[in-house]
Amino acid sequence: MHLLPEGVSTYSGRIDLMFYVILAVTGVAFVVTETVLFYFAWRYRHREGVRAHYTHGNSRIEVIWTIVPAVMLVFLGLASRKVWDEIKGHVPPTDQEIVVLASQFDWEVRYKGADGQFETADDVVVHNEMHVPVNAPVKIRLRSKDVIHSFFVPAFRLKQDAVPGLTIDIWVQPTKTGEYEIACAELCGFGHGTMRGVLTVMEPEAYRKWLSEQEAGVVPAEAPAA
Amino acid sequence: MSAQHDAQHSPSFIGKYIFSQDHKIIGIQFLFVSLAFMVLGGFLAMIVRWQLGFPDKEIPLANVLPTSWNPADPAQYNAVFTMHASIMIFLVIIPILTGAFGNFLIPLMIGARDMAFPKLNMLSFWVGFSGGAVIASSFFVEGGTAATGWTAYPPLSADPQYTGVALGQTLWIVGVLLVGTASIMGAVNYITTIVNMRAPGMHFFRMPLSVWALFITAILQLMATPVLASALGMLLFDRTLGTHFFNPAGGGQVLLWQHLFWFYSHPAVYIMILPSMGFVSDIMSTFARKPIFGYKAMVFSLMGIAGLGFIVWGHHMFQSGMNPTLGTTFMISTMVIAVPSAIKTFNWLGTLWGGAIRFTPAMLHALAFVSTFIIGGLSGIFMASTPVDMFIHDTYFIVAHLHYVLFGGSLFGVFAAINFWYPKMFGRMLNPTVNLVHAVLSFIFFNLTFFPMHILGMGGHMRRIYDPTLYDFLKPMQPMNEFISVNAFILGGVQILFAANFICSLFWGKKAERNPWHANSLEWAAPSPPPHGNWGEKVPTVYRGPFEYSLPGMTEDYMPQDLPGAGAPTPGRTVMTPARS
Ligand code: HEM
Ligand SMILES: [Cu+2]
Ligand SMILES: [Cu+2]
Repeated sequence: MHLLPEGVSTYSGRIDLMFYVILAVTGVAFVVTETVLFYFAWRYRHREGVRAHYTHGNSRIEVIWTIVPAVMLVFLGLASRKVWDEIKGHVPPTDQEIVVLASQFDWEVRYKGADGQFETADDVVVHNEMHVPVNAPVKIRLRSKDVIHSFFVPAFRLKQDAVPGLTIDIWVQPTKTGEYEIACAELCGFGHGTMRGVLTVMEPEAYRKWLSEQEAGVVPAEAPAA
Repeated sequence: MSAQHDAQHSPSFIGKYIFSQDHKIIGIQFLFVSLAFMVLGGFLAMIVRWQLGFPDKEIPLANVLPTSWNPADPAQYNAVFTMHASIMIFLVIIPILTGAFGNFLIPLMIGARDMAFPKLNMLSFWVGFSGGAVIASSFFVEGGTAATGWTAYPPLSADPQYTGVALGQTLWIVGVLLVGTASIMGAVNYITTIVNMRAPGMHFFRMPLSVWALFITAILQLMATPVLASALGMLLFDRTLGTHFFNPAGGGQVLLWQHLFWFYSHPAVYIMILPSMGFVSDIMSTFARKPIFGYKAMVFSLMGIAGLGFIVWGHHMFQSGMNPTLGTTFMISTMVIAVPSAIKTFNWLGTLWGGAIRFTPAMLHALAFVSTFIIGGLSGIFMASTPVDMFIHDTYFIVAHLHYVLFGGSLFGVFAAINFWYPKMFGRMLNPTVNLVHAVLSFIFFNLTFFPMHILGMGGHMRRIYDPTLYDFLKPMQPMNEFISVNAFILGGVQILFAANFICSLFWGKKAERNPWHANSLEWAAPSPPPHGNWGEKVPTVYRGPFEYSLPGMTEDYMPQDLPGAGAPTPGRTVMTPARS
């Protein structure tokens, strides 16, 4: 059964698994507690001549129902920590670097260009579209020009706020070619809901071809603003 | 006790109902104003849902509504949901729980004649009321009202150039500051009153759970709200005086706001639920005709939630750019805070076990509370998991979670409380049939409205967007959005039953007796409604805890706290503390 949309990054499977593990644990808790709630409400409805059972509690059972959820929750916490560390603990070494600059209401996506350097006249700059090769780690340096935005690619399970004043490095390794959507996930002004981009995951050759076409087409006027 | 109080009898109408210093009148003032704001907040929610369900259809009534409420204009959409949330949180839930019920219940339940500081109490209402008025006035100024979400993240909120809203946002800040000030004043009063003014024999561990919950909530308010106030002050200075607390270009820190805001607002979500938990506990015990299961565990879990509530704020910031290692710390503390929530749930179930349950409207809302709180608590665990949150943060999953805890939780708790204490407040009974229908329909349509939002969130549906159909991956979910909207309209419509009953019963309701539910706590020992000073000649003396229902060997199945003599001293595990002198 798939509740979550198709995931196409190396870590999306790990995140989804964590999601389903939590779903299983909470699902059991949900069914048990709600059943007991409705059953008790019905079973112990007032009937003529039947008095309620007088008790203030039971220490043993209270200890049990404190420890069991505590253990489950710590387990879920530790399991989550492992996945989180894998994603956030490091950025895998890669020469695929892209700078994304968010602004109201635009994603500026910048590639190094022919000279292999950022912030030079031959940078490739596109807007609201992003191209990445499949099966290779990509490092994204995320910045914002004005307010907080959030770079969200549901198919990658990737979300990271772009914060003015900070440069935040994130990474992803796509596993499947195709077109996916980029959305802004943090309220950023009246155009927030329209801050959409298209992300194309390409075969490496197609990607290189696309990049060199862009490089050829770079006009100096598109050079970085100060 | 406030003897000076009894001297000033027969005050004028203004003194009695407007600038009243009587905790009961102040409570009712808070209640009426909050309910009025609830109508406005609910109306804004309907507009939001219209836009999301039917983004390409013009909203009905478009020509009578102010243009600034037209959600199809994306700037206005932001304003509409911002004010929906701000009103519901700052002007409905917090004031109704602490302002209305805190005021009305605390002195009555602990056997005091009034609050410790009646003048401060009056001031608290009027400062809060002014805050509400200032926030409401922002609808009418040029540029419209605040449009940065109830969370008001800078730089969006710090500089008018980013939203085009100038005065409206500033009024929002000032209004919330005033409401916060009112909250702090109230908290000081509640804490002092509970610590110093309990009737003879009312030991701490004989207090009803409503009082415990309100007490701990007041401590949270006192400790957390000043942090919000300072953050709001800084934001106000950034907007008006040109400071750069949150402006990186001037050396400021954008994330500083989020730390300060959530340092307040996470405890604030508990400010918004603990009182309801208290009410529900007392109501469930009353209508199950059973002592609450694990009274002390209930008290300690309230304390646990409150204490841990101060070290989990970072779970709102997992994807904010905060150090990911810090995220792990906050994840673990958040997981831990779910434990006391679980304890409370199990104790409620334990209270039902072996009961003789009366299905009054108050009890139905209490059961609905438990049922939805289970879902809200469990969905919190998904978001507490940092990697899972990376996907569902800022999606409709969050919207589902927060409505399960705030609407299904806090608000159903409020409905339970209104049904339960209305006879004491107004001396009249609500029509039970109408409110039973209201309770059942609210529960059904609440779930039909908010449960599907989990599924939208799992699909990646962002929150705070005005037209989901702009995204290809969201288009298939549009039928679900329509489904949600239709149910939301019905849910909104059902509330008319409650409002009509509330208003009509004020005039035509059956006269209430002193103790219509055969409950134990002290407020039922006072006349309905209680007179000025509450207790006539002599304050009651307390002989036992509030939960002695169905005591074996007694003919009655309840035993009021102030009933002298026979009957068991609280047996079992209820601990006696030394009598106060
Ligand atoms: C078991 C207990 C709970 C846990 C583990 C929990 C966890 C969380 C987490 C991790 C978030 C942040 C999610 C995100 O933004 O990505 C969150 C958001 C929220 N929670 Fe809870 N929560 C719990 C109980 C409550 C209660 C009792 C309330 C209120 C009565 C509440 C109200 C909220 C609200 C209003 C938000 C959204 C804030 C916003 O972004 O506007 N939560 N919760
Ligand atoms: Cu944005
Ligand atoms: Cu929180």
